[in-house]
Amino acid sequence: MLSTPMFANGGRMKEYHHSGSTECRFSPYAYNGGTVLAVAGEDFAIVASDTRLSEGYSIHSRDSPKCYKLTDTTVLGCSGFHGDCLTLTKIIDARLKMYKHSNNKSMTSGAIAAMLSTILYGRRFFPYYVYNIIGGLDEEGRGAVYSFDPVGSYQRDSYKAGGSASAMLQPLLDNQIGFKNMENVQHLPLTLEKAMQLVKDVFISAAERDVYTGDALKLCIITKEGIKEEMVPLRKD
Amino acid sequence: MALSSILSREPLGLFGSDAGSVGAGFSDGRTGLGFSSVSGDGLSFDIRAPPNTDDEAAPESKIEFLHGTTTLAFKFQHGVIVAVDSRATAGSYIASQTVKKVIEINPYLLGTMAGGAADCSFWERLLARQCRVYELRNKERISVAAASKLLANMVYQYKGMGLSMGTMVCGWDKRGPGLYYVDSEGNRVGGDLFAVGSGSMYAYGVVDSGLRPELSVEEACELGRRAIYQATYRDAYSGGVVNLYRVHSQGWERVSQDDVLQLHQQYKAEAQD
Repeated sequence: MLSTPMFANGGRMKEYHHSGSTECRFSPYAYNGGTVLAVAGEDFAIVASDTRLSEGYSIHSRDSPKCYKLTDTTVLGCSGFHGDCLTLTKIIDARLKMYKHSNNKSMTSGAIAAMLSTILYGRRFFPYYVYNIIGGLDEEGRGAVYSFDPVGSYQRDSYKAGGSASAMLQPLLDNQIGFKNMENVQHLPLTLEKAMQLVKDVFISAAERDVYTGDALKLCIITKEGIKEEMVPLRKD
Repeated sequence: MALSSILSREPLGLFGSDAGSVGAGFSDGRTGLGFSSVSGDGLSFDIRAPPNTDDEAAPESKIEFLHGTTTLAFKFQHGVIVAVDSRATAGSYIASQTVKKVIEINPYLLGTMAGGAADCSFWERLLARQCRVYELRNKERISVAAASKLLANMVYQYKGMGLSMGTMVCGWDKRGPGLYYVDSEGNRVGGDLFAVGSGSMYAYGVVDSGLRPELSVEEACELGRRAIYQATYRDAYSGGVVNLYRVHSQGWERVSQDDVLQLHQQYKAEAQD
């Protein structure tokens, strides 16, 4: 599983014929692919990710979901370099525990988002190669989605796609959830059933056209009753 | 090793009161959490030297940058107008059209965001904390000149390390309206009008031709809005919505948020009249 120079192109097609000299340098990063998506509704949030873990032309695992449960009301989705995802989630879990012990309550979604921003910025000059999206319920019980860049810049959204197929999914969400670029359309509020169907459809589409997305889809549905999980099969090719 | 130091030390190193660290293995109080708990103000920020890597897939190329942006601020007789767009790009992908590029440092100070999104929001959040500490220590509000100086000095320590930040600190203090431009190169300049970002030239053109000393509040707001709109029209990297703020003697207020598409229809209709 070593990141050999052959896979150091970050997911692009490697050229078979080299003309000229080749320089091989150790890279501390690898690109493991994967797509994450989060949608916030009136009283729910959905965090979904595919479960494929890849590197270059290989698939390491078909059962490696990218959603991590943080608290009863918050789920983190992270894609990018799997090594940094693992370390980052360990650090967040430790910080959540410390907060709970010193403050005698669980961290709210907004507080977790602010904390993650500073954790990421702490490595400003050697970043965590992770695209994070937090989905959860805010203090008033409304759905909240927070999206991050690798060094900690974040903002609250109603929906966001991150990871390898993000550029394919985000425009579709803009249209179907944000009603962007449509005229004379009634802006209906998003129901849980419609959101779930949309997420499934959108991942099926992503699996068609993105090589790093596929195998299975894991959905985490966060409501005030708790977090429900659902697995949906996707294309395995 | 990093995990053991996390579990043995208080996380909030930025408050840096006690430098002692239990069994962490770092002599200067560094924790695996990425904070340095140095005594004093605790503002010195830990740097891990990045390994030498030419890998194009490294996240540096995927960090959201706001060089593609248009932000402007100008003084007039009734205060300071601050107008910004809301687009963030990661390469040629539009990462977001709803970025808040005006940071509310405190109820009477605003900061704008251009350059690296994380750099701007992090350092200005740190500035907000430092302004509050000043207030508590000196029992009076910090001046715009002092706040901008604090920010400039904080980032100057990282000069050459790749921070990217071009911000305008705007407020109202004892000397009246205040406006300073501060960037990560070390510049700190006071003035009456600044525009920052890839669309700044287009914005300058509009503001320079419309700026008069006797502008009313509505006229000044419209001037700022129009300048950003024109910049989004011509600059591919600016767009989204125009956020407009005004700073007056009692503090700042959010004037308006207008989608550029709607402004386009509005101005087109006005031009045809």
